Amino acid sequence: MEKILSIHNLSGGYQNELIVRNISLDVSKGDLLSIIGPNGSGKTTLFRLISRIIKPVQGNIALSGKDILRLPLKDFSCQVAFVSQDSIINFSFTVWEIVLMGRIPHLKRLQAEGAKDFSIAEKSLSLTDTLHLRNKMINELSSGERQRVLIARALAQEPELLFLDEPTSHLDIGHQIQILDLLRKLNLQDKLTIVMVLHDLNLASEYSNRIVLFNQGKIFKQGSPKEVLTYQNIEAVYKTVVVVEDNPINKKPYVVLVSGR
Amino acid sequence: MNNKYKRKTILLLGLLLVIAILGIYKGAVDISAKDLWLIENRPILYLRIFRIITAIVAGCGLSVAGIVLQAILKNSLAEPYILGASSGAGLGAVILMVLGVSSIYIPGGAFLGAVLSIILVYNLARQHNKINEQALILSGVIVSVALSAVIVFLISVSSKDTLHSITWWLWGSLQVYDYKLLILVSVVVFTGVLISYLFAQDLNAISIGDEEALHLGIDVEKVKKFLILVTALITAGLVSICGIIGFVGLIIPHIMRLVVGPNHKVLIPASLLSSAIFMVGCDILSRTIARPLEIPIGVITAIVGAPVFIMLLKRKHMPKA
Repeated sequence: MEKILSIHNLSGGYQNELIVRNISLDVSKGDLLSIIGPNGSGKTTLFRLISRIIKPVQGNIALSGKDILRLPLKDFSCQVAFVSQDSIINFSFTVWEIVLMGRIPHLKRLQAEGAKDFSIAEKSLSLTDTLHLRNKMINELSSGERQRVLIARALAQEPELLFLDEPTSHLDIGHQIQILDLLRKLNLQDKLTIVMVLHDLNLASEYSNRIVLFNQGKIFKQGSPKEVLTYQNIEAVYKTVVVVEDNPINKKPYVVLVSGR
Repeated sequence: MNNKYKRKTILLLGLLLVIAILGIYKGAVDISAKDLWLIENRPILYLRIFRIITAIVAGCGLSVAGIVLQAILKNSLAEPYILGASSGAGLGAVILMVLGVSSIYIPGGAFLGAVLSIILVYNLARQHNKINEQALILSGVIVSVALSAVIVFLISVSSKDTLHSITWWLWGSLQVYDYKLLILVSVVVFTGVLISYLFAQDLNAISIGDEEALHLGIDVEKVKKFLILVTALITAGLVSICGIIGFVGLIIPHIMRLVVGPNHKVLIPASLLSSAIFMVGCDILSRTIARPLEIPIGVITAIVGAPVFIMLLKRKHMPKA
């Protein structure tokens, strides 16, 4: 499989504290990869390192073989799109304006959006089933709708690689499935490579072809859901007793929590 | 731009034209429309035209500086003087007045004071070479309070004469006698406005969030620094010729955001036109309600602006601050 992103020996964090330490990870074209791990294990920091919000202290990240820090920001965002966790938007932009912003990386300064940009924005809205919301204000939407609109904006960037930081947090189970079904569809039909940070182990198991388990800023284990989601791995990392069964429907691992006494 | 905006733009342009003509015919001295064009009354005509130009320049500059800072600080309650320009300029001017320096140097002193205070505020708010929004607002407030205290101290120990010209200056005036200075400031202001408009799409993204903007390929820190510099020059330029005119940079962007939405590609032109109308209108009031005395323009903008702003705050559709 062709590597689209390769992270080599990466360390980084904030001020004097290294959160992510010596991580090496490859993402292949067509992957739907989930990053799981306890709070504070470095998942979001990795997300921020890849999205160039913070600079690595050591190591490098390469996109199709090129160091991302050497790529102009604009070129980078034509290839990689990010959906952050809990974006709070203070100004009442319409959904249509928000999605059109996804075209910014493709436009020159002063260049107005053209017919092509409008049709891409429209397609992104219909892919995420939000076309009917186009004239609504972004801050009037429910969390599920907003999340879908933000995914639509990322799609309007026409990326090869999509990163999402906890795309299903704050959503009810119906909306969680809706978002993840959408991502799976994009992955299978549109060949979009997707990396997402997830908290729910069972959703990670259900939807991803590969799982990376983080612990204390390092990769504890990576591989197929079956390889990663064993009770030994989960108990070691989360310090919680679990039982792992096979999901009767798809035979993927299914994690059952056991309460402490 | 679609038809919806075209109609509004034409409407606003028409309104500006009407109010500008009204501004030429109304003033402290009551002259009939016909007599105003007589040769002997030319100086009055020119003064009034200067005032209208100054009003338009000040309105445009203050509203755009307000818009840019509101986007950068993600706070629709930010205004051009939030970075301490007003008190810095005030102090610069007051020092020169107290020292008895010729009044032609006062704009220069004010400009320098404004620029220095913005530099101070900016550096106080910088952490690890990044601008922290909260820190910027906070240090702006602190520097403003400290410099205002020095202004009041200097006024207290100086003679009564200085006091009057300082009050006049601290509440703003649109009477510029030096047309060369007016041209210079207009060039600075409109260059700043144009640059801000070129960054309209960046401002849209930044107003949503710095990280979001970075995800869209915008070099956020660089753009923010550059645009803060631009607003600093606009504000310092204006404060050096007109003194401090409050509320315009706050309410006009606010009202226009309610009317045309937060998209800067539309918001900036709409605010330019309506702030020009607002300022020319306020200037007419300032010249006519207590004829032949002139009320400082800042007093009028505050008296007109505050109730409008309170009404907006009470309205349901208020964008979240």
